[in-house]
Amino acid sequence: MTTPQTAHGGAYLQVRDLRVQFSTEDGVVRAVDGVSFSVDRGQTLGIVGESGSGKSVSSLAVLGLHDPKKSRISGEILVNGRNVVGLDDNELRKLRGRDVAMIFQDPLSSLHPYYTIGKQIVAAYRIHHPNASKSLARKHAIDMLGRVGIPQPAKRIDGYPHEFSGGMRQRAMIAMALVNDPDLLIADEPTTALDVTVQAQILDLIEDLQRDFNAAVILITHDLGVVSQIADDVLVMYAGRVAEYGSAEQVLRQAQHPYTWGLLASVPSLHGDADEDLKPIKGNPPSLINVPPGCAFHPRCRYAMLNGGPCDIEVPQLLPLLATHEPGHTVACHLPERQRKSIYEQDIAAVGVAI
Amino acid sequence: MTNLVVPQQAAAATRTRPPGEPLLKVEGLVKHFPVRSGLFGAKQHVRAVDGIDFTVDPGETLGVVGESGCGKTTTGRMLVRLLEPTSGKITFEGRDITHMNRSSLRPLRQDMQIIFQDPYSSLNPRHTVGRIVAMPLSVNGIEPAGGVKKRVQELLEIVGLNPEHYNRYPHEFSGGQRQRIGVARALALKPKMIVADEPVSALDVSIQAQVINLLRDLQREFNLAFVFIAHDLAVVRHFCERIAVMYLGKIVEVGSRQQIYEQPSHPYTKALLSAVPDVTKLGASLGRIRLEGDVPTPINPPSGCRFRTRCWKAQDLCAQVEPPLDPKPNGSIAACHFPEVGPLR
Repeated sequence: MTTPQTAHGGAYLQVRDLRVQFSTEDGVVRAVDGVSFSVDRGQTLGIVGESGSGKSVSSLAVLGLHDPKKSRISGEILVNGRNVVGLDDNELRKLRGRDVAMIFQDPLSSLHPYYTIGKQIVAAYRIHHPNASKSLARKHAIDMLGRVGIPQPAKRIDGYPHEFSGGMRQRAMIAMALVNDPDLLIADEPTTALDVTVQAQILDLIEDLQRDFNAAVILITHDLGVVSQIADDVLVMYAGRVAEYGSAEQVLRQAQHPYTWGLLASVPSLHGDADEDLKPIKGNPPSLINVPPGCAFHPRCRYAMLNGGPCDIEVPQLLPLLATHEPGHTVACHLPERQRKSIYEQDIAAVGVAI
Repeated sequence: MTNLVVPQQAAAATRTRPPGEPLLKVEGLVKHFPVRSGLFGAKQHVRAVDGIDFTVDPGETLGVVGESGCGKTTTGRMLVRLLEPTSGKITFEGRDITHMNRSSLRPLRQDMQIIFQDPYSSLNPRHTVGRIVAMPLSVNGIEPAGGVKKRVQELLEIVGLNPEHYNRYPHEFSGGQRQRIGVARALALKPKMIVADEPVSALDVSIQAQVINLLRDLQREFNLAFVFIAHDLAVVRHFCERIAVMYLGKIVEVGSRQQIYEQPSHPYTKALLSAVPDVTKLGASLGRIRLEGDVPTPINPPSGCRFRTRCWKAQDLCAQVEPPLDPKPNGSIAACHFPEVGPLR
């Protein structure tokens, strides 16, 4: 497992101070508000957050999938050193699929129901290999389907999406995403629609393929369990901002942000005392049009204003931990580090999954 | 299946039903949906639920877990008679309700309510919250003491909503709050049992915990029996005392929380538990059981044990003889020829 700081500098994907805003009738939605992270080849970054935390929006920005007429994007997204913010459609089209590929949550609605699986994979291949013959592209597609674990790929390639089960469809999607050998794979809730036994298969597959292709992977999910299984680094997002960022070990085992604590204490576990009540986070996630002033989490935070502090006025910066020599672990919270540590040990470590 | 009944509960329950009888008893319940492939294709049956038996005692929480297509939702809908069973028998408080007609069902529905998965589609968007929660009362012609409005506001308060929001519409509420409205509606008639079909799976993690805690408080406060249907094993462990695991229309194992989660007897239960990604397993990827392939089609389930096609312990016997649900060494009741022995890890 690598710590995030080893990745900085020459990382394959570097996102710096990304901001994405949408103008709506009700006001400006600040979907992503100053987010920075990086992922290198062979590494997996897990982005965790609830609905509306900006996790999907930031990854769609990497692919340039926001309508420039309706959105305002600032900051830098460096894919292999090249800034993709503001690239024109032609350049973006070359990037998509070849350098950066995406797997979506719902494979049934992201595959075209009218065309066979094979036809869709062949099309994805030939966009980036215009000189490849149809038969060569088909051979590639069959290879790929075999590699993602679809039995009898030469036969199933002519099947339609509805003839595949949920897990098989997700495998087909992964095959399509990987057919051009991308360097960065973004998986947006790739297993949320699947059963646990199939989810386990798909997560294993993503891990195996990442090793084979040496790709960088961004896994977006709301499930801390999924993240703990395959992520090297974890980024916790709340209301479009980064709450906590570090290695999986740091964020999940020595969490420092009250929101991460809240998530950990909210998830029921397969271990520990089942009769103990969960400790949910009070209230609801905020509207991104009207983000609370100061720390966006303070209205829901059990520890806000403990020191009469600036939680309701000042936005906390994402700062590295100093006392605990944990390189690469950064947290955006006004609580002093020592206080966070004692709160964690007293209140959090006993409940839910935070063991 | 024997169950310990707390004496106090038993005493309260005897007023309405014969002593020693469970609140709900399901015997040999079957639901087959006819399907036809193509215009002249042969008529086939999806065997969604294929002969299940279980009981629920007053105030007991029974969890039903399984993957999609195992028949857990179909079972829940048959219990509240939203689906007509193909065969089998459902007994509620000693009365056979399997084929009761609509008018005799109505008083029964007061005792048995359902909470749905999707808080968006299960509330009428054109009705105010007040009207939605009052609907069970008006349908049954019940005039609570102090008036309908007072009762509705009481219910909203019980589920943690502001009673002043009586006149608002569902779209003005978040997902978690909508699910609370659904819970308030289910509680309106003071039911004895609630069937909850994936009540938290559409909610965000932090909101999920709020709703689970609410349901647990209500369960204790009103001594409600629950049939809690869910795919999330951790949520079920947290909420249910007893758990039934379903696979392809059959119950493969029933046991206490401790039996199911710490020493499961059926290989499928073991594999399910092993597949759950858990933060506490961080860094420990060894010893995981990986099931191959998908769940077979319920139109033509495998012979003998239905799990044998994915089971690592399967032998010839498994294809020939369907294993009965028997007590196993680990304590639970399971349908397996070669049960697991000893604790999970």
